[in-house]
This record gives sequence, C-alpha cells and structure tokens, in this order.
Amino acid sequence: MKIEVEHLRKRFGSFQAVDDVSFSVESGSLVALLGPSGSGKSTILRILAGLEEADSGSVLFGGEAATHLHARLRSVGFVFQHYALFRHMSVEDNVAFGLDVRKVPKERVRARVQELLHLTGLQGLEKRYPAQLSGGQRQRVALARALAPEPRLLLLDEPFGAVDAKVRHELRQWLRRLHDEIGVTSIFVTHDQEEAFSVSDRVIVLRDGRLEQAGSPEEILDRPATEFVACFVGEANVYEAEVSEGVARCGALSVPLRENLQGKVHLVIRSYDLKLWREEPGMATIERVVPLGDRVRVQAYLDGCGPLLAHFPRRSSLLRGIEPGCRAQVELTTVRAYPIVAKAPPS
Amino acid sequence: MPAEPSDLSRPMARPAALRRAEGARNNSDASIRGRSRRPWSRIALVSLVAAYLILVLGGPLIALAHELIDIGGSAILEALQSPPLRLALMTSIELTLWAVLLNALFGTAGALALSRWRMPGSGLLDALADLPLAVSPVMAGLALMLVFGRRGWMGPLLDLLQLKVTFAFGGLLLATLFVTLPFTIREIVYVLDEVGTSEEEAATTLGASPWQTFWRVTLPNIRYGLGYGLLMTAARSLGEFGAVLVIGGSIAGHTQTATTLIHDALEERDRAAAYGMALLLALASVSLLLLLERAKQRLARRQR
Repeated sequence: MKIEVEHLRKRFGSFQAVDDVSFSVESGSLVALLGPSGSGKSTILRILAGLEEADSGSVLFGGEAATHLHARLRSVGFVFQHYALFRHMSVEDNVAFGLDVRKVPKERVRARVQELLHLTGLQGLEKRYPAQLSGGQRQRVALARALAPEPRLLLLDEPFGAVDAKVRHELRQWLRRLHDEIGVTSIFVTHDQEEAFSVSDRVIVLRDGRLEQAGSPEEILDRPATEFVACFVGEANVYEAEVSEGVARCGALSVPLRENLQGKVHLVIRSYDLKLWREEPGMATIERVVPLGDRVRVQAYLDGCGPLLAHFPRRSSLLRGIEPGCRAQVELTTVRAYPIVAKAPPS
Repeated sequence: MPAEPSDLSRPMARPAALRRAEGARNNSDASIRGRSRRPWSRIALVSLVAAYLILVLGGPLIALAHELIDIGGSAILEALQSPPLRLALMTSIELTLWAVLLNALFGTAGALALSRWRMPGSGLLDALADLPLAVSPVMAGLALMLVFGRRGWMGPLLDLLQLKVTFAFGGLLLATLFVTLPFTIREIVYVLDEVGTSEEEAATTLGASPWQTFWRVTLPNIRYGLGYGLLMTAARSLGEFGAVLVIGGSIAGHTQTATTLIHDALEERDRAAAYGMALLLALASVSLLLLLERAKQRLARRQR
C-alpha cells in the first residue's frame, strides 16, 4: 500500500517534534527514517500508526485519507522499541492476539500462528513466556505478532536497538529477507546510518523535526543535499574556509570549487574521501594510528586548518611509513562545500 | 541463529510492596558489608532492634496469649457463641466483603484514571487519594457525620429517600471505604506506571477494542497488585475502630463491629468476650498476612 504524508506537524508543549514533513513511500518498499534522537522520527511513526494525532497535515493510505482513522482500524503492524510483548501470554498467544480479538475461527488462528512461527524461526518456543526468551527471540515474536493479522503497513521503532551488535547484524539481514519474502510496505526508524543503508530501499533523513533529504542510499551517500546530511552520514571532517575566485582556502588547503559560492563556506570531507602518504615537508602531522579490525583510522593535524580524520583499508599501501609524529601529504578525492548559514551546524 | 544473551534491561512490573521488600534486602546487604569491619557496633545494633521489636510487637502478643490462657478456653468458647458477639463479627465480615468489592471496582477505575489520563488537576486528585492515610479515622467519622448526619448537608435528601446512614450499616460502610480508599488505588497506580502503556498500545494496533485491551492486557498485568491492595483493604476493614465508632455509635446487635465490641466488652469488664474477639481478629490478621506474603512471592516470581 502506498503511503503519503503531507505537511505533517506535531508539537509537544513548546517542542516542535515534527515540522512540515512530507514524503511518500511506494507500495512494497522498505524505508528507513534516519535521524538523531529528537529528530521526530518516532513521532512520525506513531502518527502513522494512529497512536499520536498530528496537529496538522494529512496521512494517506493507498490514496485514502487516514489522518483521523482510529489506530485499531488502520490494520498497521507496529513493532515497539522494547517489543511490548504481552508478558503474561505465551509466544503462541502473543502471536494469536491480533486474530483472537477479531474473532477469527480457532482453527484458522492456529494455522496462521504456526505459519508465522515457521516464518520467524520460532517453532518449539510456542509455550514459552516473553521473560524466558532472548532479546533476538523477543524481537521476532514481536514481528510475528505484528504480521499475524496481515497488516497493510508494517512500522518498526528502532527494531534492533535493544539487542547486542552481533545479533543486530543478523537480524538486519533476516529482516531484509523476510521483507522480500512477504513484500509488505514497511517503515522503520533508526539512528544508525549503517542500519538504514544496509536494510532499506530508501532513506529519509530527519533533523529537528524537518526532512533533510529523501532518496536511495546511493543518493544520500553520494549527493547529500545539505551539510547536515553530508556530516551525519559517515565520519566527516568539517573546515571553515574562505572563498575567493572560485577557490576555497583554509590553512594548507586550497580547493577549487565547482559550485558558485562566495564568502565563508564549510568544507565537508568524508574520512574515506581522502588519501595521505608520508612525505616531507607535507601538509599534516600524524597524531595517532588506530587499527579497527579491517580498517585503520588515522588521526592527523592539518596545518592551519584543524584535526583530520581518515580511514584506510588495513593493508593499504598508503599506510607504509605512517606513524605518529611523521609528516604527510594529503590529497582530497571528494570535497563538498556548503555556505555557512546563520544556524550553527551540529557538532 | 546462535544463542543470544537475554535482555534483562527491560522494565518490568514491580509493585510498591515488592520494591519495598527489595529495598529492605539491598539495604541490609549494604549495611552488612559496611559494618563487617566493626562487628561490635553491628551486634549492638542488631540487639537494639531485636529488643525494640520484642518490646513493641512481641510483648503485647505474649500478654494477649497469657490473658487468654488465664481466662480459660471454655469461657472463651462460650463467649464466642453469644449472639451479640456473633452479630458484631458478622457485621465486620459483611463490611469487609463490601469494602473489598467496592474497592476492587472503584480502586481499579480510579487507578486507571490517575495513571492513564493525565490532565490538569490530576496531581490534586493524586494527592487527594492519599488523604485518608494522613487523616485520623475519628476525624473522618466526624466529617462523615457532618455530611450524612440528620442535620448534615445530605440530611434532607436522605430523609426524602428514607435512607439512614449515621448509626446504620451504610455509615459503617462509608467510613470503612474512606479509610481503605488509598490501598488499591496506590498499589495499582504504581503497577500501571511501572508497566507503561506500550502493551496497551500494541493491543490497540492489533485491533483490540478498549474493553478487550482492559480484560486481556491491563487487568492481567495489574492482577497481583490488585490482589495485594485488596488484602490490605480487608485487613484494614476488619481492624478499623475510630471512624466506625463515631459514625456507627456501636449499637449492640446493629452497628457494633468486632473492634467496637472489644471496646464495649472491656468497659463492661467482660474479659472473655473482649479477649475472645481479639483472638479471632488476631487469627484473621495472621491469615491475611500469610496471604500477603504469598502474593508478594507471586509478584517476585513473575519478575524473572
């Protein structure tokens, strides 16, 4: 089912949680709402589920107005951040709940529950109670419960937030496969960019209740629309530079700009969009070299500019001779420049 | 999928009673560790507490037992079979059953209102629900007289309806309801706040009506808290004295309750009746305490 959200606004007291957000989600796609905490992503999800009412704006489900539809009539599956499993019910009863309250005949309920337990790999745990399950198992029960009444839309609030890193990784891949199998339109909320990019078809980036950019993972990564998106996605170096005659200068850096910008700009350089190698006199001093599994993080100080962060593959030949205290030459492969607006950029 | 560590960080229902019990346990652990370097002060403290408990709790109980033996079993059995005593006991039991029933209904409804529908003024309501704990029961009885007495605010209305509240069972019940009001509300509000709203929201998104959500999700979550609150209500209803004395007047065979009978029997120097009834009340209290203890254990088990 296609979801359209138009000019959504929601205020809690003096806090503007959602500020004029519009986007649409194609039927059958898996979309991530990505943003730091307080960006309004969970509020949007709750408005879509009918658990919160928007102050203004509209929500359309498959072209029909759903703005004032009661939560229980929306047939939306919701997976809560901490799962919200019914603690006094067994796994089986949890999954059957959405069918039982609709008075579906017992045999059909039983068959559907078995089907979902099979789909989510929970066979054999029917009689367990939520307290007897691991985090990953609870997550899958919550998903099975939400899917049981065949919702038109599946919403997931920080679905992998409460499990540890390894399980999170597996659950992501599993969720993607599950989505491809059943094809229900799904929206999930996350503050983890890797999660957003590895699972979803489209990513919607939010900040302070406003939509920053919506697009495919490639678009967001390669063509960030705003400085916020450029900085938020991946680790980035940000320098303040002065533009004159089409060239931005900051200390040892001078970057010719394609954009027609004047005055002061922010140069945003992703940690993997640069090369450096040992060279005298060079333009930076290496401060630290930190091995991070398959990657190496190099911290340096760019002359007259500020700290510089770079990531390299572990076995990169560029790293030869790089050690704390030595000098290095820096080459930038991709630089983005954004005019400095009055509002301070997020740190 | 490999074995995953269980997630224990999830908040669980933890009723006030249980939290208090746990708090006490944790505190004693801490004090033991803290004081292990100074065993003498620890022994002194423990003996002091033991002496205090014996003096305050043990002494009266031993004295009561001694008095009962002194009076003699047959005299007490005989006294317990006298009609006024049996009527007073029946009145107390009837009061307790009504109080438990009405508190179950209004306690649950009140707790839901306080916990789930936060609105301007609910802070005041919340404080008001604790009022009976702070007010002397005798004062409560007096205040009820002012409202429901013959010259009270509601007097003309009650006359019109030919209802009698003061010096009647209705008055006893009102007084009992007043003093027992906080127990269920407090316990259930605490459990509701602790459980949170997400299970109820989950039920709603799954298509459950408010009524289905209440019966299938909310009530099972609060049932032990409710049970605990009702046991406290029963214990308090059986033991209440001041409020029922003031509004009921302790008319033998009519508004005399178990506790006011003890008072009257003592005035008349009828030791067998007084101590016999005291024995019954003590037995009732002990059984309620055992039930409370079991309820607490059920609560504790459900946390795991």
